[in-house]
Amino acid sequence: MTSTARVPDHLDDDGLQTVTLTVNGSERTVAVPTHRTLLDGLRDEVGLPGTKSCCAEGECGACTVLLDGKSVNSCLVLCVEAEGHQVTTVEGLSDDGLTDLQEEFLNAGAVQCGFCIPGQVVSAEYLLRTNPEPDEVQIREALSGNLCRCAGYQRIVRAVQATAARRSER
Amino acid sequence: MTTAPERAIEQRDALGEPSDPYPQGQVGRPVLRYGGGDRTSGAQRFVADLRFPGSLQVALVTVPVGCADVLGIDTTAARAVPGVVDVVTAADLPSPMPRFGVSHTDRPVLADGRVNYHGEPVAAVVAKTLDAAQAAARAVRVDHRELPGVYTLDDALAPGAHRVQEPSLRPGHALADTNVLEEAHYAWGDLEAEEARTEVVVEETYTFPMVTHFPIEPGGTVAVPTDSGGLDVYSPVQHPYLLQRTLASVLGLPLNQVRVFAPDPGGGFGGKQNPKLEPLLAFLALRTRRTCRLVLSLEETFQSMRRAGCRIAARTGFTADGALTFHHVDADFLIGAYADVAPRVMGKGSYVAAGPYRIPGVRIDARAVMTNTTPSTAFRGFGSPQVSWALESQLDAGARRLGLDGLEIRRRNLVAKGEAFVRGESAAAADGEWHQSLEKAAELIGWGTPLPPGRGRGIAVGIKPGATSGLSQSLVRLLADGSAIVYAGTSDMGQGARTLWQQIVADELGAPLDQVSVVSGDTGTVPFDLQTSASRSTVFMGSAVLEACRDVRQRVLALYAESTGVPPEELEERPGVLVTPEGELPLPEAARTALGSLRGEFIGQGTRRLRGKGKHPLGGDAAFYEFNATAIEVEVDRETGELLLTRHVTVSDVGTELNPLQVVSQDEGAAIMGLGHSQMEQLLLDEHGRIRNLGALDYRIPTFKDVPVELVSAAVENHDGPGPYGSKGISEGALLCTAGALGAAVADAAGVVIRDLPLTPERVWAAIQAAEAAQ
Repeated sequence: MTSTARVPDHLDDDGLQTVTLTVNGSERTVAVPTHRTLLDGLRDEVGLPGTKSCCAEGECGACTVLLDGKSVNSCLVLCVEAEGHQVTTVEGLSDDGLTDLQEEFLNAGAVQCGFCIPGQVVSAEYLLRTNPEPDEVQIREALSGNLCRCAGYQRIVRAVQATAARRSER
Repeated sequence: MTTAPERAIEQRDALGEPSDPYPQGQVGRPVLRYGGGDRTSGAQRFVADLRFPGSLQVALVTVPVGCADVLGIDTTAARAVPGVVDVVTAADLPSPMPRFGVSHTDRPVLADGRVNYHGEPVAAVVAKTLDAAQAAARAVRVDHRELPGVYTLDDALAPGAHRVQEPSLRPGHALADTNVLEEAHYAWGDLEAEEARTEVVVEETYTFPMVTHFPIEPGGTVAVPTDSGGLDVYSPVQHPYLLQRTLASVLGLPLNQVRVFAPDPGGGFGGKQNPKLEPLLAFLALRTRRTCRLVLSLEETFQSMRRAGCRIAARTGFTADGALTFHHVDADFLIGAYADVAPRVMGKGSYVAAGPYRIPGVRIDARAVMTNTTPSTAFRGFGSPQVSWALESQLDAGARRLGLDGLEIRRRNLVAKGEAFVRGESAAAADGEWHQSLEKAAELIGWGTPLPPGRGRGIAVGIKPGATSGLSQSLVRLLADGSAIVYAGTSDMGQGARTLWQQIVADELGAPLDQVSVVSGDTGTVPFDLQTSASRSTVFMGSAVLEACRDVRQRVLALYAESTGVPPEELEERPGVLVTPEGELPLPEAARTALGSLRGEFIGQGTRRLRGKGKHPLGGDAAFYEFNATAIEVEVDRETGELLLTRHVTVSDVGTELNPLQVVSQDEGAAIMGLGHSQMEQLLLDEHGRIRNLGALDYRIPTFKDVPVELVSAAVENHDGPGPYGSKGISEGALLCTAGALGAAVADAAGVVIRDLPLTPERVWAAIQAAEAAQ
């Protein structure tokens, strides 16, 4: 920062902006540069590395989180845009062990290297919350933004179907 | 002179007789993935998730072309960026520049005066924050002059072409002044005599694209200098012990001063086998005396790993009955700017260029051709998918000429178990009942049943040699309460190796499954393992773990005898139990009695070693072969060229399924990965050697929507593998012949034969248009 540069009013002396957001039910305040993505903010500032980074351009879905209950690629959202919003990451889907959906991922053999799985689980959870009884075409469509190079796709579809069945019995 | 089948049997015996599965045991059951909970909950820590307080961040500096002389590097502006700690160029590293590599010691730690591929780093910035490192990397000025690099096979093989490699790196080598790095030649029989009795000759040229691994985890490296002058290095590498050796060698350190921690790779597929940027990070950490961290972008990962492209000219003869008479192959593998393991991909892939067939006359000439592109490396299938594409397409071309179908021509030529399919000095024989896989695939696709218009079917088979030498060592500790810890250096990158060790130890030591834990990914505590590659781990490390369990049981027996006074000859150890004169004791109970009040533990060791053979062109006979039959039913949209896969069947010859759930996961995954290179994936370069489709937006891999309407994975089990309980490696089979099956299906459905992969809608549409115009 040169002596002539003026720090805009909404930034602190280091050029950082203070952002307050609710992550997994807890209010968190972080100071970030305005270009910091929500993905990096969650991983590096909030300290929740369960959300993964791969393509950083909204194509792979590894960074999927829920923003006010809707699934988004957190690499395409700026941290500062999340001010005052509710964010749910994979860590926040359950506060006690695995969810039924996560259990069904394991039962179906859907988890191989595991890197894409947090994003898959969040996307699938969003699908089931908005469409509790999706058919296979709807599942494929809803998850088509989540890449899995181990290609556990068919097993993931089964995991989602099994979870939907479990939830409908409740 | 021993025959090939005799040698195959001898080889299998050297690996140890398969054991019988433990009745009602964990082996053979669909046990859920070890560590799976952490992988679904987000608790799994990949390398980029590890936190090193106070660590420095690294950014790489590159030039925007594929081939250039570096005339000068000005780091002044970069050094002035606040937070920058160091800017390192070749001038800051030892002279001569340290080089490394698995087949040739040719790869420099940093580009040394010459950039040989787009993305090769010429400098590295180390800074307190990633923002500062990236800003400074942009501020480094690299004065460079572009050279007429070679980016295609034709460029590289043209007279007077730019030489990718300095001839001095291959002193005295006959090919040193060419772009051909290595050649492989295999031949048997009399081709002229065979041609004389040939009815139909098919002569065509096929191409297979460069594709990239695209692991969803791009990867990275963290190097931590230790107080004793050594290094701890964190890298999601498939071969931690190779990385340890490479780093010790370039740094001049003893092995014990280099400790490699290998967090589970978030997908490897071969791309994370060999060292790449780790030596650079090691130098940065030693120079700054600080922890240095580099997390790659997906684009940088594309620039670090890919599969060799390939062009194959094939000439194949058939009798009127459809029997193969000869097969003559010229295969040029388009490899990159440094050797990596590409010469072996070429040599091992072309070894099976005549496939699992009975062909009396064969000649295979293959070359690894260097270009100014990303170094090609191991990639699931290791050269086999390329040669299979040509061979399987040739078989179908012959079948069409002879009025046979794809199943029948394969039935007539596929070798029986024990029969040689490679002849001559380096002969190899079928080690499985491969016909069973072919028949099962045909049955599951409904071969021969009527199809609606616009649909077609294809069937193909693929083969890949497993490891030809290997060494895996393992320790198993049986603790005083009957729980156990396995130490096994296999990298668990999604194949689920640790689950198998858990199953094996549970059965062999009688421990509950959830009381067996596995330690891996640390060269400081876990014994040596040569590598996690070639689908070897079940056979090699699995056998080592099995042996370590037997060692534990023998130690329990000996101490039990000593503690109780029962003569050892009256005791017998068996899986899970100690047999005493009073009857069978569960092993944990016998262990407790033997250990007594001092407690303690039993430590067993197991080693599985397969020595290579000096004269063999592959360095030894394969420990096993992966064999797969794939059948595809496809609907072709003649208006758009789009393919809809209505059914895709894969059948792999697996020996014994130690964990059916993991087998099917790997098999389905390989099948879909095979659809990637068959249908959509290809790296495209511009005239400067830059990847045009660099990144996930423009390089497409299969998604949920590309999965066949029905995907069926089945296994053939004859318990005839050299691994524990008769198992074989299984992780690559289902992508070996995907392209051939799909190509045949498209030909059946649309009447067009395409010889260049991938079978994109544009290509299929153009072929249909051309065929219609010709009518």
